[in-house]
Amino acid sequence: MLTRSGLVAAVWLAFGLAAGAASAEAPNLGKPIDAAEIAAWDISIQPDGTGLPPGGGKAADGARIYADKCAQCHGPDGKGGVAGVFTVPLVGGDPITDIAASMKRIANFWPYATTLFDYTRRAMPWQQPMTLANDEVYALTAYILAANKLIGENDTMNAQTLPKVRMPNRDGFIVRFPDAM
Amino acid sequence: MSISDHRRRRTKSSALQAVAGNGLLDRRALLGRGVVFAGAMSTGALGSLTGVAAEPPTDTPLAEAPWSQEPGATIEPYERPSRFEKNAVRTLNNPNGQPGAQGARTPHHLMNGAITPNGLHFVVSHGGAPDIDPDKHRLVIHGLVKRPLVFTLDALARYPMTTRVTFLECGGNGGPLFSPQPLQANLQALHGLASCAEWTGVKLSTLLEETGIDPKAKWFIAEGADAPHLARSVPLKKALDDAMIAFYQNGERLMPANGYPMRLLLPGYEGNMNVKYLRRIKLVEEPAMSFWEARTYAPILPNGKAYQFYLLQEVKSFITQPSPGLTLKGPGLYEISGIAYSGTGRIAKVMVSADGGRSWAEAALAEPVLSKAFTRFRMPWRWDGGAAILQSRAWDEAGNVQPTRAQFVAQRGELKSVPPVTVVLNHHFNAITSWAVDSTGEVKHAYA
Repeated sequence: MLTRSGLVAAVWLAFGLAAGAASAEAPNLGKPIDAAEIAAWDISIQPDGTGLPPGGGKAADGARIYADKCAQCHGPDGKGGVAGVFTVPLVGGDPITDIAASMKRIANFWPYATTLFDYTRRAMPWQQPMTLANDEVYALTAYILAANKLIGENDTMNAQTLPKVRMPNRDGFIVRFPDAM
Repeated sequence: MSISDHRRRRTKSSALQAVAGNGLLDRRALLGRGVVFAGAMSTGALGSLTGVAAEPPTDTPLAEAPWSQEPGATIEPYERPSRFEKNAVRTLNNPNGQPGAQGARTPHHLMNGAITPNGLHFVVSHGGAPDIDPDKHRLVIHGLVKRPLVFTLDALARYPMTTRVTFLECGGNGGPLFSPQPLQANLQALHGLASCAEWTGVKLSTLLEETGIDPKAKWFIAEGADAPHLARSVPLKKALDDAMIAFYQNGERLMPANGYPMRLLLPGYEGNMNVKYLRRIKLVEEPAMSFWEARTYAPILPNGKAYQFYLLQEVKSFITQPSPGLTLKGPGLYEISGIAYSGTGRIAKVMVSADGGRSWAEAALAEPVLSKAFTRFRMPWRWDGGAAILQSRAWDEAGNVQPTRAQFVAQRGELKSVPPVTVVLNHHFNAITSWAVDSTGEVKHAYA
């Protein structure tokens, strides 16, 4: 009879990696680390909302944070970058009629709203990334989504609501080489 | 060499066999009759490259030069190229480091061989080069693994190392060729976001053997320690194939702008996925749809849809010499030389045309021809002083063929208006590039 551990080992072998055998040849110098110790770095958000932190925010709060921390590069009301700064508008977007990347906007191109939270938190503000509180990131996300009329002005964005925002271009993508995936 | 000797060599070399239209000569001239060809090189592209007079020297009789009559310079701990090579540097699109991406392009027109020196390796940086203390850098592998582990650089240095040569190419390299009219710029501006180096590090699969893999895992997220915390999702298949974590670039530690102290290396895959300053690998079931994969490196197609997870840099080649800015100095024998590569494997052959694609001849490939690496090709050519359109076209060992521009545009479209040359507006351009030579020897970018 196959034991549970035997079954697990068989699955691992079937997957193509013998978990124990080959690593015996390596120095095994990785130090075990638990989820709590990784937490500060574990910042990636999945489209289904996995990884979204507690907290939440609304557009009105986001507008204040935006004016303080974002507008100097992204322009007032998300309408575009100031001279000399390579930023495209965060708000608006005509139907895509050209292959030029400059047409890409959040509302006409981005497939998932979760990407907005993920990117804002990990990369913004430009001069001080990873300094916004999670509530601030939620509020900014709500502000930008509301300005694009993708959610209501009073909608709260949080770990439950953000993944449910349906982005207009969700189905606008084609995988180039499916066999490689 | 006396003038009469020189004339004799020219006469002798004229016996080289023509193999295609407008002066292309049998590539075997580069092998069996190498002496003849080498003699003719001084009248060719190499002379115009370095600014040396392309004609035979007239300053005879020979005399001692000043640098031969005094001791030379004290040797430096880390040497830089000769001051006479000051033009062989990268060009920057954002030299003041304003918010936004910074690109540094490789000067292929001033280089030869297949390896890019570290200081000339292209860079696309989405947040500047961080000043990472290697003793404090950590790599964590977690998510759908059996044992989440964290590694120091010292620990990783004790793992079995692997060394390979591979090219890296930005997904946006060649972007100017989406323009509806040929942009008049040099090779560096058009195709300078590709380079090739020898990389040394640890295979990612070695580390995943230690962490174990949950069978549910299908992707991994790779994330950097740079300011944007750049993150890309990669199919787990690649981790189990040839993905590695590189610490050394051409024998020395990675350059800061190329990921010091460690970067992910995914041979043949889109440059941006080769995450620099690698600090975290998370095994997951589905891709994260990061900003860079969901938006930036998702090229729009003519029907309004966009490719996502393009992954591969497809088979491509371009002629490095002659190329725009390298003016031919009179009719005679030249070497057409360039670079071919494929993210799928080895280059199988490169064909060259001097008549805009009406006739083709096979170029000589410089050994070794390595998988997913630059391959230098060479083609002897007798320029008769008339108009010529030079093209190269590569095949890889999987049978993939570099498309003509017309074939490519039929699939991928072109821009509606002429863009600034440094602004990348679409991605993954791998079609044929054409150089038009006029009767003055000037070389221009052309569509043919």
